[in-house]
This record gives sequence, structure tokens and C-alpha cells, in this order.
Amino acid sequence: MKKNGVKMIKINSKNVDVYYGKKQALFNINLDIEENQVTALIGPSGCGKSTFLRCLNRMNDVIDICRVKGQIIINDFDINDKSCDVVRLREKIGMVFQKPNPFPKTIYENISYGPTIHGMAQSKSEMDEIVETSLKKAALWEEVKDRLHEPGTGLSGGQQQRLCIARAISVKPEVILMDEPCSALDPIATAQIEELIDELKKDHTIIIVTHSMAQAARVSQNTGFFHLGELIEHGSTDKIFKNPENKKTQDYITGRFG
Amino acid sequence: MNLILFIFIVLLGFTSYYFGRRKAYTIQSTNKRLTALPQFYGYYLAIWCAIPAFIIFSLWAIFEPTIVKLLILSDYSNQGYLDDELNLIYEKTKALSRGQFTGEITPFIEASAEKYLSLRSIAQSSKAVIVLSIIIASVAYAYKKISSNSRTREPVEKFLKAVLFTASLAAILTTVGIVFSLIFQTIDFFKVIPLFDFVFGTHWYPAKAFVRDSSEALDPTMYSDTFGAVPIFAGTFFIAFIAMCVAIPIGLMSGIYLAEYASVKVRQYAKPLIEILAGIPTVVYGFFAALTVGPFLKEIGNSMGLDVSAESALAAGGVMGIMIIPFISSLSDDVITSVPQSLRDGSYAMGATKSETIKKVIFPAALPGIVGSILLGVSRAIGETMIVVMASGLAANLTLNPLESTSTITAQIVVILIGDQAFGDPKTQAAFALGMSLFLVTLCLNIVALRVVKKYREKYE
Repeated sequence: MKKNGVKMIKINSKNVDVYYGKKQALFNINLDIEENQVTALIGPSGCGKSTFLRCLNRMNDVIDICRVKGQIIINDFDINDKSCDVVRLREKIGMVFQKPNPFPKTIYENISYGPTIHGMAQSKSEMDEIVETSLKKAALWEEVKDRLHEPGTGLSGGQQQRLCIARAISVKPEVILMDEPCSALDPIATAQIEELIDELKKDHTIIIVTHSMAQAARVSQNTGFFHLGELIEHGSTDKIFKNPENKKTQDYITGRFG
Repeated sequence: MNLILFIFIVLLGFTSYYFGRRKAYTIQSTNKRLTALPQFYGYYLAIWCAIPAFIIFSLWAIFEPTIVKLLILSDYSNQGYLDDELNLIYEKTKALSRGQFTGEITPFIEASAEKYLSLRSIAQSSKAVIVLSIIIASVAYAYKKISSNSRTREPVEKFLKAVLFTASLAAILTTVGIVFSLIFQTIDFFKVIPLFDFVFGTHWYPAKAFVRDSSEALDPTMYSDTFGAVPIFAGTFFIAFIAMCVAIPIGLMSGIYLAEYASVKVRQYAKPLIEILAGIPTVVYGFFAALTVGPFLKEIGNSMGLDVSAESALAAGGVMGIMIIPFISSLSDDVITSVPQSLRDGSYAMGATKSETIKKVIFPAALPGIVGSILLGVSRAIGETMIVVMASGLAANLTLNPLESTSTITAQIVVILIGDQAFGDPKTQAAFALGMSLFLVTLCLNIVALRVVKKYREKYE
């Protein structure tokens, strides 16, 4: 979104280093994420793009040996600061994973999980409304409205992934992180998700990690290219794909390695 | 003698393996391609050594005693002895030959004993000769037979399959045998004691059956009100219930701690330590319950003005619960750990805390497995004997007061079968009837538990 011609920065990361034990996984990452845009992170496997994504909602806390250094500023607030409340942070920053991971509960309970935890609904009817709008936004409502109380694990892969997206947006996050959300899906389900991503960027800032260059080109406005733990180049998707500055970026995009 | 023979046969087996392999190498060195790896030729010869040895040994074991007996007793034929008397003579002969006979020695028996000894030594040496010559013949035959294109791999594989099949057959047949002996004795028991009295009777007093003189005729009426199993069934489930009240919360919570909270290092030490509990013999738990926990509870009860028996259901059940903790904690730790990490990630990413994630996502996902582990724990509690015998007494009181003593099915089986028993006596058969009902209860529990665990596995695979 442009205000007076200036792009609004949603996430501002400064000098981010990540270590797994003694091994350094990310080196001095400086990357700004624009608000209400889709930012794609591309790069060969093991380059650190997923690690960076997991820094943004502090999911790396779960891994004992992982240490994160540097500043990640969201809404003028450093999320690596001790005073940051992880529960609130993750309410603001949703995440969708590589493999659809619906909870072994009903479709309804899958969606109501987040709002219940964060105490967002005062009554049953309010919760019903949250569930309905979340499913509608995830373009799943028409397919599941008659079986909300059946297990979410009974849906097809593409439906499960949209259920996970609905679950993520149920708490109205400002940012949605997507870690290769289509890698386990067939082309039709992938197209549906990509359409959905385009729709969601009106209300949310989206960061998507992907292995598919074509997908990055289709869905994103900005792209960052990672290689061996370093951010090699970032900028508008148009520029990265048509006119990359760095030789490595060019090689990767033209399929010479990775 | 048998041992030396056996060692000799084993050595022969190794030698034939070596020869078989060597022949294979020889064939190989003439640039012929073998149909199997050289060691298969070795195994093939070793099998040709093992099978004849096994067959002759078993035939010998079956027929030798019968033949020797026939030969000994042939001296006594036509002297008008009855079968029973002949058997007695044979037993005396055997005892005398072993030098264990203490009665009056008649010249007849002395002669028989000498004959017996000489027959045995002839049998031994002829066995050795026959076994060894047949083995050598069969190995030699097989050795000549193997060539570059003879099949050795298939027979060896078939032999291995047969050995494994025999092993599992032995296990299955044992189970079937035990179940059938239970069933037949139980049926005999219910011929004397009506099923209704057993299942619904409220007086269990087998001591009444102890006073019967076995030479008297069996009078079913004297057993009325003796074998009513309600008190001991009630006691069994009551003590198991107390045990599970201890084991389920502690076991489950320690399982959750180990799976979700403990660091790798703590888990590495804590899990084996908890599992050591499962390795303590139950008799040790038994005297812990009887000598430490029981008197301790009595002291506490007395100081509060309660009348607590030193042998109480509470002491036995509590200690039994401690015994079961490792089963529940270890199994539930396993099922919780096998809940996919992606579910945890999904929940954390929604902003859920660790305890919320465990309560709302992991526990429901692991529930079937946890239920399975609890049911296995229950069947252990029901089958546990030693702790009850030592800590809760042997009197079958029908009570729901945990401070009194009660008894269980297993403890009563012990009571009935300690000391002298007569076969075919209702008192002895009562133990089989109890064993049968115990078997049925634990069987049902195990079937349910396995079903539940299986259902859980299918969900994530």
C-alpha cells in the first residue's frame, strides 16, 4: 500500500544472525518487508529462507539449540526483546506450514482454536461468525459448511491446507508467514491457494517461502534471494526476475544451480 | 556320554559346513558360476548333518526305555505277575541300578539290575555308533551330490523357515495347552459347584473344603456357601482401582513431563530410572508394602483415631500403583512423542502456550494410545499376586473400606494351591475356575487395549 507515494514497511530486520548450536545458519540479514504486499523468499534448499521465516514469529524458540541475534522490528517493536510476549506476537503473525497440519479435531474446532486461546469471542454466536468469515476468506466455506463438525483430517490435501489458512486468519493476524504452502499439493489445489494469497494481501502482509520460481513470479510483488545463509539480493519481483544485479541470482533464476 | 556325543555331532556339523564351503570354492576356482554363495553350500551340508542326528536322537528317546523295559520284564513273564506288580519290579530294578534302592534285595532283582545296566550301556554305545555312521553317510552323500548347478540356497532357506515356524508353533501350542487344561478343570469344577453359586455367591471360604477326608465320597451339599466368588472379584477390582488411582495420575504426568518438558539430558537419565521400577521383582514390592507401607498407614490411622488394619487394601493397592507407574509413564511418553511435531508447531504458531498445546492438541491426539497403556496397566493390576498375598491378607472380606483387608483372585489361587492338594478335588479345581475367570478378564482387557492402540497407529501412518 502506498501512502503519499512511500511504501509502508511492516517488518524491518537488522543484522539478523541465527545459529544452530555452533553452526551459523544465517549471516547478517537485513530485509524490509512491505505492508500488504506478498514477499517471496527463494533460494536453494538449506539456504536459510525457512529459518528466517521462523525468526519472524519466534518459532525458533521451540528448537533448543537455536539462537537468534539482531533486531526484528514489527510495529516499532523489537520482537527479540525480552519484554516481547510470544503469545501476543504469534496472534499478530500467523503461519501456514509446508504440510497441511490440521489438528485431529473437527473443522469447526480447528478454526475456533486460536480465537478461544486468545479469548476473542464472548459467545457461541460470535464464535460461529468468526468460523464462518475465516472459512469464507479461505474460500473453503462452500465446501465444508454442511460438515463443520466432521474431522478436519478427513478433507483432501488442498482443502486441509485452506483449512490451515483459515485457522491462521481466524485470529486476524497482520502478517501471514507461509512456508512452502503448496509443496504437498497438486497443481489445481496450488492454483486455488495462489488465488487465495492474492486475495489475502488486501488485509494481511504475506511472506511466502517457495521453491517454485514460477510461483514466486506469479504471486509476489517483492522477492528476496537467499544463498548459503546470506541474503544475496532483494527488491521488486519484476526487477529480480528480469534484471538481477547479482550473478548468483541470475544463475539461480535461469536454473543454472539450485 | 550323551554330552560327549552331542559335542561330537556339533563339531561334525561345523566340519561339514567347512567342507561344503571348500567344495564350493573349488568349483568356483574352475571358473564355473555357482548357483548360490559358497556359505550356502556349507549350511546345506551342516543341515544334512543336523537333521538325521535330530531324528535318531528323538526316535531313540522315544523307544529306548520301552524296549529296555520289555527286555527286563521278559524274564518275569509266565510267572503270573500282574501288570502293577511288573511295573513295581521294573521300578525297583531301576532304583537298585542307580544305587538308590533301600528295601530288601532279592537275587532276582539284583540280576535284573545288572541286566538293566548292561542293556543301557549297549544302548548307549550302539546309539553313538548308529548316529555317527548315519551322519557321516548322509553328509558324504550330500557332499558328493553338490555340484556347480545343484540347488543349495532354496533348501537352506526352507530349513530356516521351518525352524522359525517350529519355534512359533511351540509358543502357540503351549498357550493352547494351558487354556485347555484350564477349561477342562473348570468344567469339572462346575459339575460339583453350580455356576450360579460361584458367580453370585457372597461367601468365599475355601478352608471349609480343606477339612474333607479324601477317602470319603464327594458330597456336593457340603460345599454350598463355600465358593461364592463375589467377595474376591470385588476385592480384585477394588485393589486394582486403588492401584490405578495412584498409577494413572503419576504415570501420566511423568509421561507428559518426559515427553514435552524434560530436556534431552534429563530424559536420558530419568526414563531409564523410571523403567528400573518395572524391573523390581514384585515380591520386593510385596514386602515393602507389608513391612513398611502397611504399618506406616496403621500408625497414621491410629494417630487420627481410625481403625486401620496392618494388612489393608490401601497398602496393597498403593504399592501396586507404584509398581504400575513405569508402564503408564513409559508407554504414554512413547505415544506422546510419536504425535507429529507439525501439530505442535501448528499450535505454537497460533500463539498457544505449551500447556494449552498439550491439553488441547497433543493429549487428544495421543488419547487412544494413552487409553491403551492404561488398560495394559489395569490388566497387570488385576493379575498381580505377590503384593496382595503379602500386604492385604488372605481373608476374602466383602468390603469397600480401603482400610480393611480384602483378598483378590490371584491371592486366593495361592491360598488354595499352597500345601497338599488332591487332583479332582473341588478345592483344587476352584483354583482353575478362578484362573479361568482371571484369564478371561485380562484377555478382554488386552484385546480392547490392542484394538485401541492399533486404531491410534492407523491415524498417523
